[in-house]
Amino acid sequence: MGRYLRRRLIQLVPLLFGISVVIFGVIQAAPGGPEGSLLAAGRFVDPSVIESYRHRLGVDQPVWRQYLNWLGASARGDLGQSFSTSRPVTAMIGERLPATLELMGVAFVFAALVALPFGLFSALRRYTFADVLGTGASFLGVAMPVFWFGLLLQLIFSVRLGWLPVSGTGTVGASSLGDHLRHLILPGLVLSTRYIAGWSRYFRSSLIGVSHAGFVRTARAKGLTESRVVGVHTVRNALVPVISVMALNVADLFSGAVITETVFAWPGIGRLFVQGMFARDYPLLMGILLMGAATVILFNLVADLLYGALDPRIRYE
Amino acid sequence: MSRAESPGRIAWRRLRQHQTALPALVIFGLIAAVCLAAPLVAPYAMDVIDLAAVKQAPSRLHWMGTDDLGRDVFSRLLFGGRISIVIGLLAAVAGTGLGAVVGAVAAFYGRAVDNVLMRITDVAYAIPSLPLLIILSAYSRAAIVSMVLIIGGLSWMATARVVRAEVLTIREMPFVEAARVLGAGSGLTILRHVLPNALGSLIVGATLGVGNAIMIESSLSFLGLGVQPPTATWGNMLMDAQSTMAAKPWLTIFPGGAILLVILAVNFIGDGLRDALDPEKDPA
Repeated sequence: MGRYLRRRLIQLVPLLFGISVVIFGVIQAAPGGPEGSLLAAGRFVDPSVIESYRHRLGVDQPVWRQYLNWLGASARGDLGQSFSTSRPVTAMIGERLPATLELMGVAFVFAALVALPFGLFSALRRYTFADVLGTGASFLGVAMPVFWFGLLLQLIFSVRLGWLPVSGTGTVGASSLGDHLRHLILPGLVLSTRYIAGWSRYFRSSLIGVSHAGFVRTARAKGLTESRVVGVHTVRNALVPVISVMALNVADLFSGAVITETVFAWPGIGRLFVQGMFARDYPLLMGILLMGAATVILFNLVADLLYGALDPRIRYE
Repeated sequence: MSRAESPGRIAWRRLRQHQTALPALVIFGLIAAVCLAAPLVAPYAMDVIDLAAVKQAPSRLHWMGTDDLGRDVFSRLLFGGRISIVIGLLAAVAGTGLGAVVGAVAAFYGRAVDNVLMRITDVAYAIPSLPLLIILSAYSRAAIVSMVLIIGGLSWMATARVVRAEVLTIREMPFVEAARVLGAGSGLTILRHVLPNALGSLIVGATLGVGNAIMIESSLSFLGLGVQPPTATWGNMLMDAQSTMAAKPWLTIFPGGAILLVILAVNFIGDGLRDALDPEKDPA
């Protein structure tokens, strides 16, 4: 296990290098360059002002030099200074991170709490009307555009029924824990929809696959009760691949959060990214992309390790 | 049995018998046909402004109502669908094609080529795709061609991995060896003998890719980064509708419903194709 982990960590080095080159290259390819945001308003700017601006940002240096500067600083945890606010990017990300983690956490837990029992129910009642209905619902969940689902829920629950707030994290002047939680319901639900659909189907087919296994027949044959056969022998084995997929999906929850946060004005990283995009704040965009990529890599590793930890047949050498 | 049924025929027959795939195929075909023929069939032009008929609820004259400028929502939906569906189809073909080439080349040549291509795939996989798409589409002042290239260029990785795995298996089969012994070059062997045998998963991947590309395109349009107004797309119609959602819900409901319906249909078709093309399944 230790050796496997060490090898995986060593493999990460070229991967991270490749990612940093791509991210740096994409931002370098930006039309207009960073001083574009100065000129964006279409006003006349003295060329010497632009020159000193470029110098202050360090973009007057050769490209390879800029890359090495950026890489060296990033490796030390310094993601540079935001163009739009002149504040450290790490501080800006740090401020927004709790909101995103809260939203992603709520969506993840909620999706798991709904998807797993639902998948089990479908597998036990497979090919019944309820199961077919569940399959239909999961197709609907996967095909649902996140932003439209968000708008619909706002329309129904906030505008028409008035039960829940439209957007934001709290009512101004009347914020309390309960109020905050009420703001969390719709975005959390929207973000979790796709995973409820995906995980419940995946758990269902995993359960059905395992239920044909020899050890399940053995468990039945030696006279165990049905609840023991299902609860101990089937469910535990069927959960292994599902848990690993859930870990993998943590990373793409982040992409979903970009849209969800935009629809619900949720002040997290996703919204910060969209704002940074319109402000051409390249250090900020690079920092967020780099952080997103690191999250993907981390949870890929977690998924593999979980698989090994949960399934004793898998040995990492 | 008089003569063997070709694999294509078997798949087509299975698909026709599929409970959800066939209706989905019909629905998708109808929507695509009507949208592609939008200039001929739409009751109004896409951007004709009628200030005498602004913000009307759905009626007999305007089936899905009108927007803030009196433009007919149904007509805009058809024109928007034309763009979304064309981008979806082309981006899926581009992404799947690129993935197939990368995967096949990596598996066929192996060693260093394989290693380099797969590490590139890993890198592309690890960067969150939506944020990257957002940046790239903001650069390009999105026209249809650039949207196709951007979306296709960031959705080839899964296909590359699947095709690589399949080709690794197929490569060892006797008929590939036979082709080589007969003097076929690598390119010909890949194109003529290896890829056709991986066609099943390519078709399924491409089909599901259409839905995925439409979802991405409309998400980007929704953020204001896709094909720009006044050209209608389903995503930018929704962006416009967001501010007036409460008073004019029809502006929100119809474009989103169209996206949902098309993606749903495409996914059902992909699902049916997967069943139909599965050689493990009993051919009956």
